[in-house]
Amino acid sequence: MLIDWNNFTPWSALAGGALIGLASAIFVLFNGRIAGISGIIGGLIRPRAIHLSTSDISWRIAFIAGLIIAPLIWQLFTALPNMQIDSSYVTLAIAGLITGFGTRCGSGCTSGHGVCGISLLSPRSIVATLVFMSAGFVTVYISRHLLGA
Amino acid sequence: MQQTNFKVLFFAVASGLIFGLGLILAGMANPAKVLGFLDLSGAWDPSLALVMGAAIVIGAIAFAIAKKRHLSYLGLSMHLPTNRVIDQSLILGSMAFGIGWGLAGICPGPAIVLLGAGSFKGLIFFIAMMIGMGLYELLESRKNKAANQVR
Repeated sequence: MLIDWNNFTPWSALAGGALIGLASAIFVLFNGRIAGISGIIGGLIRPRAIHLSTSDISWRIAFIAGLIIAPLIWQLFTALPNMQIDSSYVTLAIAGLITGFGTRCGSGCTSGHGVCGISLLSPRSIVATLVFMSAGFVTVYISRHLLGA
Repeated sequence: MQQTNFKVLFFAVASGLIFGLGLILAGMANPAKVLGFLDLSGAWDPSLALVMGAAIVIGAIAFAIAKKRHLSYLGLSMHLPTNRVIDQSLILGSMAFGIGWGLAGICPGPAIVLLGAGSFKGLIFFIAMMIGMGLYELLESRKNKAANQVR
């Protein structure tokens, strides 16, 4: 295994991770909720048969609004770092579809399972995280090194 | 019945905002960097392992406190997961998500941040993700309807 020292950014990674942990901490200690992004968005598009109160809708929208304004607030102070998407539109559409379907079917994503669930030592989240990380590693290996895309 | 008040929404916005700033600072909102982390056999960028590590250390402290409480600091009930069953949908769903993550390098949180950053490609991903979530809900509600009819 070769480490890519040029792109390795340990300090911003640790600081950014600490902020993500802090946000999850505030959310569970004050709002009593798991900061799982796919679950928070997914809860908004459930069929009406599952009862959603207005307070349940409003905290979800508030959290998502916070996420959306994050890059805008960032730009008040400094320029945004590079956000480079090399994938084609078709790849993005396919990736988006299976990410949306998969995270709802697997009841969580990187935030809900990977950060909150592991912090809770939830066996489901530990398994889910191992599975999606492995699937991610394998997918990149196939697409970059076998297919050479 | 919990009432919606200003404090609840304030802490929800603050959590989302801090979460988003963390994603940007950590490099998680840069799909090329995420793919560099997922590419073990190329030149591997281990940064994102540190992101998760730091988040989990702080999260573990907070969730240890949360587990002992019945109500949050705002007096809301604690919604912690109770399901411990590792089933097929957990495995298959996580596998599908991992494939999607490996294809584009975008997971749901960064998808929303990219949207706020005005990325058109981020928007395409986001719309597809919402359709994917909608499809899941559609299938689930059909399955439930069918189950009810059998009964």
